[in-house]
Amino acid sequence: MTDQRKKKKRTFEDIFVDTIVYTTLILLSVLTIIPFMQVVTVSMSPTEVVSSYGFHLIPLKFDWDGYRKILAYQQIWIGYQNTIIRVILGILVSMTFMILAAYPLSKKNLVHRKFWTIFMVFTMFFSGGLIPTYLIVKGVGLYNSVWALVLPVAINTFTMLIIRNYFMSLPEEIQESARIDGANEFIILTRIILPISIPILATVGLWTMVYHWNEWFNAMIYLKDSKKAVLQLVLRKIMFEGSEPQAVEAANTIYANTDTMKMAALMVSLIPLLVVYPFLQKYFVKGVMIGSLKG
Amino acid sequence: MESNALIAAREMKEHVQPQVNKERAIKLYWKQKYFFFMLIPVIAYYLIFHYAPLYGIVIAFQNYYPLKGVSGSEWVGLEHFKELFTGLYFLPVLKNTLIISTYKLIFGFPAPIILCLILNEVRLVFFKKAVQTITYLPHFISWVILGGIVIEFLSPTRGLINAIIMEFGHKPILFVTDEAYFRSILVLSSIWKEVGWSTIIYLAAITSVDPELYDAADMDGAGRLRKIWSITMPSIMPVVTIMFIFAVGGIINDDFDQIYNLLNASVLSVGDVISTYTYQIGLVKGDYSFATTVGLFKNIIAFILILLTNYVAKKTNDYSLW
Repeated sequence: MTDQRKKKKRTFEDIFVDTIVYTTLILLSVLTIIPFMQVVTVSMSPTEVVSSYGFHLIPLKFDWDGYRKILAYQQIWIGYQNTIIRVILGILVSMTFMILAAYPLSKKNLVHRKFWTIFMVFTMFFSGGLIPTYLIVKGVGLYNSVWALVLPVAINTFTMLIIRNYFMSLPEEIQESARIDGANEFIILTRIILPISIPILATVGLWTMVYHWNEWFNAMIYLKDSKKAVLQLVLRKIMFEGSEPQAVEAANTIYANTDTMKMAALMVSLIPLLVVYPFLQKYFVKGVMIGSLKG
Repeated sequence: MESNALIAAREMKEHVQPQVNKERAIKLYWKQKYFFFMLIPVIAYYLIFHYAPLYGIVIAFQNYYPLKGVSGSEWVGLEHFKELFTGLYFLPVLKNTLIISTYKLIFGFPAPIILCLILNEVRLVFFKKAVQTITYLPHFISWVILGGIVIEFLSPTRGLINAIIMEFGHKPILFVTDEAYFRSILVLSSIWKEVGWSTIIYLAAITSVDPELYDAADMDGAGRLRKIWSITMPSIMPVVTIMFIFAVGGIINDDFDQIYNLLNASVLSVGDVISTYTYQIGLVKGDYSFATTVGLFKNIIAFILILLTNYVAKKTNDYSLW
């Protein structure tokens, strides 16, 4: 069969379809990349090039001033540190809560399983909205603490259901024999289920990581102390509020190139993602495939 | 993500359990105590962070005053709702939300389907992987960063589009601050961010197609276009229908992250949407009650849309919520 297909002459239609397919995809990829390229270029160009008219995809001259200024800006490092703490806490808390929810729900014989499932799924449709949630988070004393960024979003119900579906697809037999040997559910969960669920747990862990790395709104409304600000928030300040980093003002650099600095700031927060992304990309996709295939 | 609703829909109708009487239930609960030890923190989480805010909605019917709390604040009935419909600001904001969401639906919904059909025609595995890697990338980047990138890309002095415009001897356009372009920027940039990632669900649907169908079509002399039309398209149609129904159901939801990071004072009249307005009224101006009313109004519309969605889904598909 495959031999036959290989030998088959390419028809006009094949050429036509291929031309359209490859042209479109190359164009799309280029269009996706160009804005990023521009940021890279501007971030490493000297002031006189950036402030003159014209689009440059490749830097004409190199100048690391923007990076120098951004890296000297204390708040960036505070943001980095807070984001890393937040990501680690977020992954630990979310994974624990989601596993604790997913495992019992994956058991067909759980008492009132339907009720408990709906109890959780219901919240995907109805929420109190911004203000009541804000007041609760404040009310339980999480305001201005990193826990406000971690606890209220501990369980993403959709993601939890994906984990649960994965648990449900695991064979019962080993668990049953462990149960007969006297193992309780905590032991079964930690010794049997979790080790064989590493693919899905890794995927979900990556999603959680990306979420906490990028999330800024909760940080904006719940954190008042700038010492606690996360990276994205610091970035927002630099990008949108037009306020130049104080470090620069203090250094009295009148010719400070804000645009170069802004782009350098973008790059500083993008680089970690760009470095790991090509290696991790396929794991990001896995969970979505598992989640959508079941439909 | 629309597939949230999909999963939820499936959950709601699954597994009806036989009735258990009280005594047996207690015994069963004791037998499964470990499961419930696990569930206790989970249930507490849902009660505190999801159900308590639901109760908090009552402040929409009060003049909520933080120091007095819910029990001490004055009840005002539907006053805030009257304010909502007679006030100067809410209706334009609602209109903006609906217009922007509709544009996103019209242009953003078909985009990943078309991309998926195109991707599926690629036989060079490395090329397909490369395109996917590239087009998935923006999905993982926050709108804080992407907003900055979009603004830079559309810059009147350095942006590619303005460079082209100037090449033809026209004046550069201040895209981001121009009311005429703002909504297009929202729609296009959201497609740019999500089109690649959104193909995954359709590509997953295609993987379940029996390859023999294509072979049989080959035998019958079907060309590439014919196979796309008669095999690939029908195979993703069920997923397309469901995704479309849920996309329509979600039309009242705007993308706060995106809009807030691109919004500026000059385009407020066309770009201020329910979520940005709620944030402004509630957390910037501190009018908790009115902001909650706005949120509640949105939730009610969303609920009606879910009912409608469910009705349509039931008529056309297996999927229904109840």
